[in-house]
Amino acid sequence: MTPDEIVAELRDGMTIGIGGWGSRRKPMALVRAILRAPLKDLTIVSYAGPDVGLLVASGQARRVVTGFASLDSIPLEPNFRRARQEGTVELTELDEGMLHWGLLAAAHRLPFLPIRAGLGSGVLEVNPELRMVRSPYQDGEELVAMPALRLDAALVHMNRADAAGNGQYLGPDPYFDDLFCLAAERAYVSCERIVPSLEGPPQTLLLNRAMVHGVTQTPNGAHFTSCVPDYGRDEAFQKRYAAAAADPEEWRRFTGQYLQGDEAGYQKAIQ
Amino acid sequence: MVACAEAWRGDGATLASPMGLIPSLGARLARLTFAPDLLLTDGEAYLVDEDGQVEGWLPYAKVFTMLAAGRRHVMMGAAQIDRFGNQNISCIGDWRRPRAQLLGVRGAPGNTVNHPVSYWVPKHSPRVFTGHVDMVCGVGYDRGARELRAVVTNLAVLDFGTPERVMRLRSVHPGVEVDEVLAATGFPLAVPDPVPVTRLPTAAELDLIRTRLDPGGARERELA
Repeated sequence: MTPDEIVAELRDGMTIGIGGWGSRRKPMALVRAILRAPLKDLTIVSYAGPDVGLLVASGQARRVVTGFASLDSIPLEPNFRRARQEGTVELTELDEGMLHWGLLAAAHRLPFLPIRAGLGSGVLEVNPELRMVRSPYQDGEELVAMPALRLDAALVHMNRADAAGNGQYLGPDPYFDDLFCLAAERAYVSCERIVPSLEGPPQTLLLNRAMVHGVTQTPNGAHFTSCVPDYGRDEAFQKRYAAAAADPEEWRRFTGQYLQGDEAGYQKAIQ
Repeated sequence: MVACAEAWRGDGATLASPMGLIPSLGARLARLTFAPDLLLTDGEAYLVDEDGQVEGWLPYAKVFTMLAAGRRHVMMGAAQIDRFGNQNISCIGDWRRPRAQLLGVRGAPGNTVNHPVSYWVPKHSPRVFTGHVDMVCGVGYDRGARELRAVVTNLAVLDFGTPERVMRLRSVHPGVEVDEVLAATGFPLAVPDPVPVTRLPTAAELDLIRTRLDPGGARERELA
């Protein structure tokens, strides 16, 4: 598939999970394909970085479900920050562990999973739909009943994949990409390279083809986030992104220069 | 930095998760001196020894499990903190449309109900030490915190060693007056009599800091 063919399977109003973490191994080529599409009213579930920043800036994300939005080396995601301060995006703010638990519950087809994270905190106040559950055992402990975060679609980026949808990460952390795929009705994988057969330690074979519905090869497709060991984060470009996001005029220039054309155009423009 | 290091004293084989430069240097100093069993990460997914040599693998999913198991002690920042230790790093102003969006709650709610937590505040002021936090991220003792160990600032070390578990002045840094700390705190602090003075680094610690941990002097810039 191509990124545009994958995005053509998405619909307005969908809940879409995006893998990676902060500004690390994000499926940015697929995010850029969404920017070119007329999709709207999306709910994005993510350990948020520039994926969320771009979809919030384009106005396509109506709601974000996350515990943070960060560029890692730049602590605050500038587009998310502005959208929150201007009131142009809705937020479901969760503890990082609650987000993990919600994906795990969805992946296991459970309605919820109990967790201590969130107890006593403002998270329960800003999400009044969250319920508590009491342990039926002798301890009787009261816990947060973290509801399953079911996804209509998941988008993740791997270092390698085969054409059938088996996916491999080669960096230090799988993040939660396997859970995003299992929590979703349909999961789509972009990767640096589609190979005839996957090689390397078995623990790196994170995704199997039963979890995946479409694969696309997008070299440098996580740019400007990191995709170790194929490449690190493009810190210089990320700085340019953050500076542009701070000023509407600069942002227009930035999107015109990098985000108007297709993926090939983007990869050419950043050279 | 030594006061940050002291927060980890006695922790044993616990995952130390310092957020920010001075807490990171403090954790490494603790490991090099009086807390040799501490586990430190490289900020990505590896456990590393004091020379950066890999000794283990700890991706985020495993951090969450260590955290829930209670075998972690994190030192976080705080944009706001109240006398019970409720901490805010999410946003300033009304949550629905904040005046300033900050980090988000991150892992603070889970950290504070699962394992020991300390805080580092590089600029002690009434804006940070406030009567009311705008969004409770890390929970305080009035909301079920497990253990809030210490709050280290540029002026003093604070803790919650009072019968009501409200914030107390544990020590002032050398050269800092108690009144300075009280004026920079937006709520009444419990004050012992006499107020101890935070210990200075030993000659050996100073040597480690200057020659090994921070030869470039980055620590000075965080406090400037």
